[in-house]
Amino acid sequence: MTGTIDIDGQSIPFEDGQTIIEAATAAGVYIPHLCHRPGYTPHGSCKLCTVKVNGRNCSACTFPATDGQTVINNSDELEQDRRRITQMLFVEGNHMCPSCEKSGNCQLQGVAYHLNMLDNHYPHFYPRREMDASHPDILIDHNRCIFCNLCVRASKEKDGKNVFGIAGRGINKRLIVNSPSGQLKDSNMSIEDCAAHICPTGAILIKRTGYQVPIGQRIYDQKHISEVALAQENAHGQD
Amino acid sequence: MKTFLKTILIDADYQPVRLLALLRKVQAQYRHIPAAAIDILAEALQIPRAQIIAVVEFYSFLHLTPQGRYDILISDSITDHMLDKENILGYLSSMLKVDVGEVRADGLVSLNNTSCTGMCDQGPAGLVNGLPLTRLDRPRIDEIAALIEQQRDISDWPAYLFAVEDNLHKAGLLLNAPIEKGAAIQAALDRGLEATLAELDRSGLRGRGGAGFKTAAKWRFCAEESAERHYVVCNADEGEPGTFKDRVLLNMHADQVFEGMTLAAAIIGAKQGFLYLRGEYLHLYDKLQAVLEQRRATGLLGDNILGRGLEFDIEICLGAGAYICGEESALIESLEGKPGIPRNRPPYPVTSGYLNQPTIVNNVETFLAAAKIAVLGGDWFAGFGTEKSAGSKILSICGDCARPGIYEYPFGIAIEQILHDCGATDVLGVQIGGPSGTFISNQEFKRQLAFEDLATGGSFIVFNNSRNVLDIAQNFTHFFAHESCGFCTPCRVGTSLLKKQLDKIIDGHGSAGDVAELESLCQLVKNYSHCGLGQTAANPILTTLQRYPDLYQNRLKNISYEPGFDLDGALEIARRMARRNDAGAHLSQVEE
Repeated sequence: MTGTIDIDGQSIPFEDGQTIIEAATAAGVYIPHLCHRPGYTPHGSCKLCTVKVNGRNCSACTFPATDGQTVINNSDELEQDRRRITQMLFVEGNHMCPSCEKSGNCQLQGVAYHLNMLDNHYPHFYPRREMDASHPDILIDHNRCIFCNLCVRASKEKDGKNVFGIAGRGINKRLIVNSPSGQLKDSNMSIEDCAAHICPTGAILIKRTGYQVPIGQRIYDQKHISEVALAQENAHGQD
Repeated sequence: MKTFLKTILIDADYQPVRLLALLRKVQAQYRHIPAAAIDILAEALQIPRAQIIAVVEFYSFLHLTPQGRYDILISDSITDHMLDKENILGYLSSMLKVDVGEVRADGLVSLNNTSCTGMCDQGPAGLVNGLPLTRLDRPRIDEIAALIEQQRDISDWPAYLFAVEDNLHKAGLLLNAPIEKGAAIQAALDRGLEATLAELDRSGLRGRGGAGFKTAAKWRFCAEESAERHYVVCNADEGEPGTFKDRVLLNMHADQVFEGMTLAAAIIGAKQGFLYLRGEYLHLYDKLQAVLEQRRATGLLGDNILGRGLEFDIEICLGAGAYICGEESALIESLEGKPGIPRNRPPYPVTSGYLNQPTIVNNVETFLAAAKIAVLGGDWFAGFGTEKSAGSKILSICGDCARPGIYEYPFGIAIEQILHDCGATDVLGVQIGGPSGTFISNQEFKRQLAFEDLATGGSFIVFNNSRNVLDIAQNFTHFFAHESCGFCTPCRVGTSLLKKQLDKIIDGHGSAGDVAELESLCQLVKNYSHCGLGQTAANPILTTLQRYPDLYQNRLKNISYEPGFDLDGALEIARRMARRNDAGAHLSQVEE
């Protein structure tokens, strides 16, 4: 099945099996997202990519494109609500951009810029979360985890390792490491793994690389996240 | 431990889909899931340890640290609160010398709250090692405390402590005369399966869980899917606070429910069915197994049902304390031994359900009705109720009324009639359909119970004028925050933010704009959440805010702004460090 969908008045072709976000990305239309990444099983959890499909809210990263759909991606309402959802992610964890070495390369921050987020709006949860610095090359700072599941999927689907899992329920969700001690050093994670490089925030970092590029010259300091995401994701499609 | 695990692993045929059942057994044996057991299970089932920990942490009845040898949970449903639960819990805590949420130092007893246990008509209720305690009062607690101190085995405790009554007060077209065993299967095979599905269609039967999808359409979609296997699942994860009708239906009419499942299996072409029974109904497990065994012995289940070549059997799977598993795709995940996280849709379970095979999931009451429709025909059923809501609805009525229990009415019945029948007076309002449903005020009692007016899965909680609407909304809002699976941002963070924001207002820390903020947060959680839990989690606030805006506004302070936290309280650590407690070391919450 192929055909076209209408996104904000623009007619966009899709191929059989494509989701709305895949069709949009191929056509150069950016839909904000954090848990979505081309080449990985869609997750549909962050809800930033929510669009209105024929009047109904749907996650663009999981919802299949079908001929004749009318999709709204840009509206004041969606922009406002996506900003609120992003603010929820900020207050849920402990995100201190000025002291975070991911600042400027962080997709959560990049999306927040895109959505013109100027404050956190909601009261902070200030959860007590641990750091895991046990691994020689890789650091986990749980304060910045947004439960996008990308590292879980990367380790399972790309690395064939199952290093990560998400445990807990509700607001007590937590990223866990699949090792007898629960520490990363006792897992079979290595610096070459996809899972080591996939984190959209600063929750999983490669040690000793954080300040190689000065703040001000980093990805989202230079370019808008919509531009970066479209370029990267379409390049991936041509692999 | 190795021997024990080997025994249960053999029982489970080393199937990873049986992980939840295995963990339930480990929990019962060791009062927690020991790390050594996780290692052995991970190796035996060839799944990552992290996956096992994820399951343990997801379900309320599983624990990584040891619980007491007597593990007591007290139901936190609003109806238990109305029966003086808080007082009972405090007394229990003092008698057993253990704080709520703690395990006593000697490891003998642990005490905690739990979500509604489905005993709202005979509360305050609780569970001890998974078995129901009903009508708790001080004399009973004295006795329970003595039994625990004497370390008497639970099987030796007096039976009356565990008595569960059916409290059937009004039987309608389904409950007044159950069908003969085997009659529905016989009638369906005699009439032909296609013709029976047509009868079901003509009956107008819609799903009794609350959502109201047409049953015949669901079965047809599933039947039309070509696949290696099809599955029938009965959803007995009755977790909506205030609902207990499935407990009674399974206690009184399990045969007819299993018969409905067998009928569905014949129509969709399934050979395997599951009854997903909520963990709180553990006390029904042995009885239901006996019913299944008897059906096998009498040729109503097995590989040649009624000698007509039909093959079908049913397995009972127990939940472990997770409201979300009542959502059909979460239930399927749970059946597969995983955390109950709702799936992305499409695909729907009728296309890709249990083990990605076409699966129908229906409520207990739906199967009960379908079996009788197969015998008496579609027109019989459609002759009751309203045009859009055929047949009857079985209600669990509880709260402030003289006769709480089970009532069956044809759809279209007025709320005032129900209130009259159950002996409710001086009524403030009624929660229809549980926390995820609607609160209606005493100005709306002419309204009708029907999909087109007030839809319900069966929960009907009556509140009299001594009750406080905000307390009710608060209890429900806390419930959803506790039960959110945490998969999607709007529900994971949003339900906890709703709890914070509502608590702030109720605790008197709210100021101008806080009610508007609460409402906009409600809309966000409702409109963006992944599944029905999040989409309805704001209903307790939204439906009461709409009816009683003044109650909310009156809690606000008449100032333009106030911190969302206790300013002076936050300075306590600084005061201790500075060893000061003079006036200058304190801050007023607002500038007077």
